[in-house]
Amino acid sequence: MADQDVVFRVKRYRPESGAKPTYQEYRIPYRDDMVVLDGLNYIKDHVDPTLAYRWSCRMGICGSCGANVNGQPRLTCGTYVRDVHRGAVTVDPLANFPILKDLVVDFDDFLTKLSSVTPYIVREDWGDLTKEYTQFPEDVEAYRQQSLCINCMLCYAACPVFGASPAFVGPAASALALRYIRDTRDEGADERLARLNTKSGVWECTFVGECSVVCPKDVDPAGALQTLKVLATMRHMRRLLMPKSASR
Amino acid sequence: MERTAHDVVIVGGGAAGLRAAIAAAETDPDLSIAVVSKVYPMRSHTVSAEGGTAAVLRDYDSVELHASDTIKGSDFLADQDAVEFFVARCPREIIQLEHWGCPWSRDDDGRIGQRAFGGMSVKRTCFAADKVGFHILHTLFQTSMKFENIHRFDEYFVTSLIVDGGGCEGVVALDLRGGRLVAIAGKATILATGGCGRVYEFTTNGFIKTGDGMALAYRAGVPLKDMEMVQFHPTCLPGTGILITEAARGEGGYLINKDGERYMQRYLPGKMELGPRDILSRAMVQEMKAGRAFEGPYGQYLGLDLRHLGVTTIEKKLPMVRELAEKYMGLDPIHEPIPVRPGQHYMMGGVSTNTKGETTLPGLYAVGEAACVSINGANRLGSNSLSECLVFGEWCGLTAAQYAKQKAAYPRGASAREALRREESRVFGGLLGRERGKETLAGIRVEMQQRMERDVGIFRDEAGLADACSQLAKLRERFANVGLADKDHVFNTELTGFLEVDFMLDVAGTIAHSALNRRESRGAHSRTDHPTRDDANYLKHTLAFRTDGAPRIDYAPVKITKWEPVERKY
Repeated sequence: MADQDVVFRVKRYRPESGAKPTYQEYRIPYRDDMVVLDGLNYIKDHVDPTLAYRWSCRMGICGSCGANVNGQPRLTCGTYVRDVHRGAVTVDPLANFPILKDLVVDFDDFLTKLSSVTPYIVREDWGDLTKEYTQFPEDVEAYRQQSLCINCMLCYAACPVFGASPAFVGPAASALALRYIRDTRDEGADERLARLNTKSGVWECTFVGECSVVCPKDVDPAGALQTLKVLATMRHMRRLLMPKSASR
Repeated sequence: MERTAHDVVIVGGGAAGLRAAIAAAETDPDLSIAVVSKVYPMRSHTVSAEGGTAAVLRDYDSVELHASDTIKGSDFLADQDAVEFFVARCPREIIQLEHWGCPWSRDDDGRIGQRAFGGMSVKRTCFAADKVGFHILHTLFQTSMKFENIHRFDEYFVTSLIVDGGGCEGVVALDLRGGRLVAIAGKATILATGGCGRVYEFTTNGFIKTGDGMALAYRAGVPLKDMEMVQFHPTCLPGTGILITEAARGEGGYLINKDGERYMQRYLPGKMELGPRDILSRAMVQEMKAGRAFEGPYGQYLGLDLRHLGVTTIEKKLPMVRELAEKYMGLDPIHEPIPVRPGQHYMMGGVSTNTKGETTLPGLYAVGEAACVSINGANRLGSNSLSECLVFGEWCGLTAAQYAKQKAAYPRGASAREALRREESRVFGGLLGRERGKETLAGIRVEMQQRMERDVGIFRDEAGLADACSQLAKLRERFANVGLADKDHVFNTELTGFLEVDFMLDVAGTIAHSALNRRESRGAHSRTDHPTRDDANYLKHTLAFRTDGAPRIDYAPVKITKWEPVERKY
C-alpha cells in the first residue's frame, strides 16, 4: 500500500570505500506516531544494517541523535515524520561538521571549545563539605536557561558563521560560559570573558539567531552571545579605566 | 599494534565512572586516569534520570531512618553494613556536587530543596527540577575537564578485559572512529557501564544499556550477584517506554484506573502512590488483569493524574514530565492524565563487589548500576541510585587509585599484546568475516527481548523461567549463525550491535537462571508459584558464575547488622 509507506532519502558516506557521499532511498512502512529516528531504526533492523548513526535515550535529553532533516538541524528522536515529510524525508548528517560515516559526524572540536571556556565553578574556598552555598530560587533562575544545554550540536549545524570560520567558539560553548558566569558560586568570569574576547570569541557572532531557532531546549544561545558581548565590553572598559582593579 | 598504559582505567563515563575518575584524579596529579566510553560521556544514560538523589540533610531526618527505609525497601536482601556506609556518605556527596555547580532546586531560604519519593518516610530527595540525572552528569563531565590527568577515550567500545597472572590489567577496546582495536593497559580497572535494560523489550533504558561491564566481568570469572532482581518502574509511556518520573507522584500525583478510581487504595492504603516500585508495578498488572485498565494502541495502561497539582507545580517542579507528555503523547498533563504502564528500569543485581567496589579479580572494580554491593537488595528505592553512583563512585575511585599507587610497575606489555592479538583475530578476523545467513542480528535481539519480557518479567513461575532458560540457550546457539553485512572498520555500528547482543545473551542467561533458582517471592522477584518470602532458605545473595554451559548458581550470606528481617509492611 503505497500511501502507508514513506521514503527516507539518507546521505551515505563510507570512508573506506573511497566513494563520494551519495543519497540512498529507502521505502519503509509509515505510522502516524513515528519519529525520524524510528524510521532510521526500521532501516537498520529490516532493510540495511550497514547504515551508521548515533542514538540512545530516544527522549530528547542525551543529545546524540541530531541530523539535518529536510535541511533543518533536528533531534531525530523528537521529530515526527508526519510534521516533516513532503513526499520524502531527507536525512543528512549535521551540517558544518566533518562526516565520519553516513550520519555520524566528528565534533571533538566542540569539546575542545567547551573546555576552553572553563566550564566549571572557579572558586578558592570550596573545601568544606559540611556546608552548602546558599542560592535562592532566583539565583538558580539566573543561569537555569543556559544550564539546559544538552550539547546536541544543532546550533553549530545552524550557524553560518561557524560554517564559514570553524575556529569560532560557537553558540553552545558560549551559552555554557554564560551559565557559569551567572552562577553566584563562581569567581571565574574574568578568565572566561578574556577567552571570549578573542578573535575566535563572541565577536565573530553576527547575530543571525538561527542557533536559538533550532535549539530543542530553548537555551537561547544567540541571546547568551549578545549578553557576553556586553559583559566582554564592560570588562574591557573597566580594564582601560581602572587597570589596577581590572581582575575583579 | 597500539597500546597505552594508565594507573586507573575506567570503563563508562556516566555518574559513577566520572565520579570515580575525579576522585582518583584528585588524589594525585601524577596518576593517569583513563575514561573509556562507547559514547561521549554526556550521552551516558545517567542523563535520563529524572526525579532526584537521596540524602539526609534536614533535622527532621536521620541516617538511621534512611538506612531502615532502604533496608525495608530492599525486602531485607541489602547488606546492612553497606547501607549504613552509604547513607552516612550521601550528604557530603550532595554538597560536593553543589560545590561543583549542580543547579539543585532551592527552597525559599536558599537551602537545597527536598521532595517526597516512594518508600522514603520523609522528604529526603534532592532535585534539580526533574532533570536531575542530566544536571549531575553535565556537572560531573564539565568538572572533569578541570583535571589534566583525566584522559578520555570517547567512543571506544570495550570488547574484553586483559587478564594475566590472576589479575585484571586493563581492557581491549574498539576505537570506533579510528576503526582499530587498541589495548588500554591499567594497574586498576573500574567497570562503570550501568545496567542492561535492553535485554527487555519494554524498558526505560537507552539503546546503549546493554550490560557490557556485567558481561565483561562475568567472562573473566567474576560472579554476577542477585541478577534476578530487576526493577520495573510503574510509570512509563506506552509504546516508547519513556520514563515519567516518580517525582510526579512525590509531588502529589494520583494513579487512576479507567473508572477514575485511585486503585492503590486496594493494594497499599497506607502509602498509596508513594509505595515502593515493586509493589506499584505489580498492582498495575493486577488492575490490568481485573479489566480495570484503559485500552490503547499499545495495549493496556493506567492513568497518572497530575491535574490537581496546578500549573505552577507542574511548570516549576515537573517541566520535563510536561515536555515528554506533550511531545510523545500529544497531551498536556495540566488538562489530561498521562497514560502509563510498568517497564524495565533498573538492575538491582550486577557485578558482585564489596563497598570499595572490589571484585574477586584483583585489580578489577565495579561501581554504579553495573555493580551489586548490595545496598538495593531485592528492590531499590527511587533516588538511591544516583546517590549510589556518587558515594560508591568516589569510594571506588579512591580505592583503585590507592591500589594503583601501591603497584610499582605498569602491567607487562606482553599480556596486553597477546589480548590485543586475540581480539583482533576474533573481531576483525572472525566476526567481520562472517557472511549473513538466515539468522539476523535484529531477529535474535528481538526474540531475546520478547522472551525476557514474557517469562522473566514482573510475575514469574517455574515453567516460564525454565522455558526462558532453555530458549535463551537456543538463541545463543542460533546467534553463532549471525553474519554481518557491514565489513568496514570505521564506525561499524552493526559490529558493535553484534558485540552488544553477544553481551546481552550472557547477561539475560544469568537473570533467567538466577530467577529460576530463587523459589520464593522477595522484592521485585515475584514468583506466582512461591508467593511468599522464605527467609529460612533464601535470605541470601544469588551468585551466577560463568561456565561453558548454563551459569553455575551459588549463594552468599546477607550481612545483617541491626535490622532483623520482619514482614515488609507499609
